[in-house]
Amino acid sequence: MKPPAFTYHRPASVADALAVLAETGPDGKVLAGGQSLVPVLNMRLAAPGHLVDINRLGELAHVTVDAGVVRVGALARHAAVERDAAAFAALPLLRQATGHVAHPAIRNRGTTVGSLVHADPAAELPAVLSLLSGSVTLASASGRRTVPAGEFFVGPLESALRPGELAVEALFPVPPKGSGTAWLEVSRRRGDFAVCGVGVLVTLSADRRVAAARAAYVSVGPTPLTVDLAEAVAGLPADRADWAAAGALAAARVRPEDDIHATAAYRRHLVAVLTARAGKAAVANA
Amino acid sequence: MHEVSVTVNGVLRSATVPARRLLSDFLRHDLGCTGTHVGCEHGVCGACTVLLDGEPVRSCLLFAVSVDGAQLTTVEGCRAPDGGLGPVQRAFHECHGLQCGYCTPGFITTVTAYLRDHPDPTEEQAREAIGGNLCRCTGYQNIVASVLRAAAIQRGEA
Repeated sequence: MKPPAFTYHRPASVADALAVLAETGPDGKVLAGGQSLVPVLNMRLAAPGHLVDINRLGELAHVTVDAGVVRVGALARHAAVERDAAAFAALPLLRQATGHVAHPAIRNRGTTVGSLVHADPAAELPAVLSLLSGSVTLASASGRRTVPAGEFFVGPLESALRPGELAVEALFPVPPKGSGTAWLEVSRRRGDFAVCGVGVLVTLSADRRVAAARAAYVSVGPTPLTVDLAEAVAGLPADRADWAAAGALAAARVRPEDDIHATAAYRRHLVAVLTARAGKAAVANA
Repeated sequence: MHEVSVTVNGVLRSATVPARRLLSDFLRHDLGCTGTHVGCEHGVCGACTVLLDGEPVRSCLLFAVSVDGAQLTTVEGCRAPDGGLGPVQRAFHECHGLQCGYCTPGFITTVTAYLRDHPDPTEEQAREAIGGNLCRCTGYQNIVASVLRAAAIQRGEA
């Protein structure tokens, strides 16, 4: 359980990092928190020839709120995002979901952007980015591009990041006024990957009717799945909305598979139950 | 090869190691600090937890070269200033919070950092605090009791 040998690079600036990544191409991998990458290396599931350590690039450690967007830099640890008071005030979902990411010791080192790039279908942050219709900014030696969540998560453990690119920042849009969110998940032990997880975003009108409702799911498909719940609950007074119907709607949309952790039928059941609970909780938070 | 210097429990230590050297192995093999134990080597068990600039991290998921210059606290650094048992170690001893002891260094470091930030936890919070550390012997009851006892000792209710 030791990682394979690699050439270590510790660039002093983003420009230097991009130069090394351009040079190493598909054989180069970015090391940020390493909480997904190092297990992969220790288990010899990957053997990149070059690791580009961005841990000295303090300019990427930001968590900022401006113009209706929470910006999270590539080196912002989960713990920093979770604790950030301004980010919580603007977007409580970030803290709600991040608290379910593994354990505190992992969150002290692992990064939010790293979790997005790793694109694990059982991970929370990809679903959060999808639910909020956020995006990821990717930089390379030849320029920058911003990829929306809907195009960023390509498959299990596969994102749109290309060789030579560094994901420098994630952008989480703040939902409109009158919105509430909730995150719920079921796992065998707290801190384990979820058997099923759901985030719900509801937006209420001034007279507290449901104007919009969406949910995003983890561990029920190859990429984060979002479902529009409006059909079941839109237009209804928030405290009388039929969240069980929203749960049934979502359960009919997801396509979970059997695996060693749970059957597809059980995961579908969890989608229905957790959607109903999270919907009510999101209304209470609105 | 890379020259790596870290401050371990207040003492500056250096060694020249390959980039692939995990911090857990760096501590044990290169620096001889064998208090840190290695369990699963993929971040699940928590036995190798050390404090990096005061915060708990899995030393098996870090490369030594990546933390060059850092301040580390291992279980050896959780002792009392006179060299005897520190408050968390004393609580684990008093409450029989260990049996084989393999996982204990990870618990001691994790709990030391947790109680620094949360001096008066409830039992539920104590369970949450140790949620990332596995123990195969105790069934956790006495470990939870140890966390609460350590908190009481540190509050001066010895």
